[in-house]
Amino acid sequence: MESNESADKTVLFEVLRYNPDKDKSPVMQQYKVPLQKGITVLDGLVWIKENLDASLSWRSSCRMGVCGSCGMFINGLPRLACNNQIVHINPEKITVKPLPNFDIIRDLVPDLEGFFQKHRSVKPYLIRKEIDELDHPTGEFFQSPEELVNYIQFAYCIKCGLCLSACPTVATDERYTGPQALAQALRYNSDSRDEGAKEREAAVYSGSGVWRCHFAGACSQVCPKGVDPAMAIQLLKKDIVLKKLRLRKYQHGTGVLPKTEEWKENPKIPKAPAPTV
Amino acid sequence: MRESSLWIWHIFAGLVILVLLGIHMFVMHLDAILAALGAPLENPIDATTVFERSRQAVFMITYILLLGAALYHGLYGLKNILFELTLPKALEKATAWLLTVAGLLLFAYGTYVAVFVFMTKEI
Repeated sequence: MESNESADKTVLFEVLRYNPDKDKSPVMQQYKVPLQKGITVLDGLVWIKENLDASLSWRSSCRMGVCGSCGMFINGLPRLACNNQIVHINPEKITVKPLPNFDIIRDLVPDLEGFFQKHRSVKPYLIRKEIDELDHPTGEFFQSPEELVNYIQFAYCIKCGLCLSACPTVATDERYTGPQALAQALRYNSDSRDEGAKEREAAVYSGSGVWRCHFAGACSQVCPKGVDPAMAIQLLKKDIVLKKLRLRKYQHGTGVLPKTEEWKENPKIPKAPAPTV
Repeated sequence: MRESSLWIWHIFAGLVILVLLGIHMFVMHLDAILAALGAPLENPIDATTVFERSRQAVFMITYILLLGAALYHGLYGLKNILFELTLPKALEKATAWLLTVAGLLLFAYGTYVAVFVFMTKEI
């Protein structure tokens, strides 16, 4: 952002500062930032770092709400700093803290290690019974547009962690798997190519899984990509109830799409490398 | 997966309570509504009426079912609330055992009372 010292209007930034190696407790530090049209909270933080305080730390990357790095607690709500304009929040005062429900690494940088561990615990990838096709693919697994709609919403998750920071259950029970990982379990369970629902059950339906959700709905409210993890959790509950009552069967993944007569190999597309395992 | 079965039973017990508690409320306390509907009950909470009712097999069975459903629903709910305090694993295990044993003892005692009254000829 271009520095604008002569700007008439300024916005007061109140930013939480904390270095666990040096500080006993976090403190709030104030900065005045020139207010320009279209300036986002992330732009404001960059301006502070460039002009006022180079030691201010946060995590960000894409600046366009895609990478999910810049999740922060801004004016009382978990939001992405890059896709929230100051004028839309409060042109007078912006309070920025690190995401709640996570340890602080430094200033506005949350420790997301536990978050990604939970994500991994639900095996967020396609699981197939026949390993041969995965190791030596002969084509692509079939999926109709209708089948895509079943899970596409949940595939928009950018792993920003806002849902976990908004969740009241995560706040009180750190063992809770959390809305992000559970929504991803549904995303893969709902994928017509997947056969791993049973393998995910241990993580999804444990004592710390879906049954811990109180359906506060805060996760869905704060999601910057419009994903609805609260609904995903309810759908996971419904799924297991139907399976237990033998009203729904475990899914068999779709087969490989047969090659048509007109099919020709495109020489411009490089061949897949040999399997490593 | 065990947790899923317990949770489904929890919901099922809630439904059983809804039906049986509904019957209980109508028979014991909402007799005015029954009277308005043309099925009056005489002195529903009178000691002799209560005793006579308890000596009917259908009521004895509903009492035992309601007791079992209420104990399971309540104690499983209590277990969940206590577990949200993120107790140490050993304490969680002990709590679960304690609640299970308490539930079974209360159920056995309540069933004994219901069967005893059912078998009693006179008060």
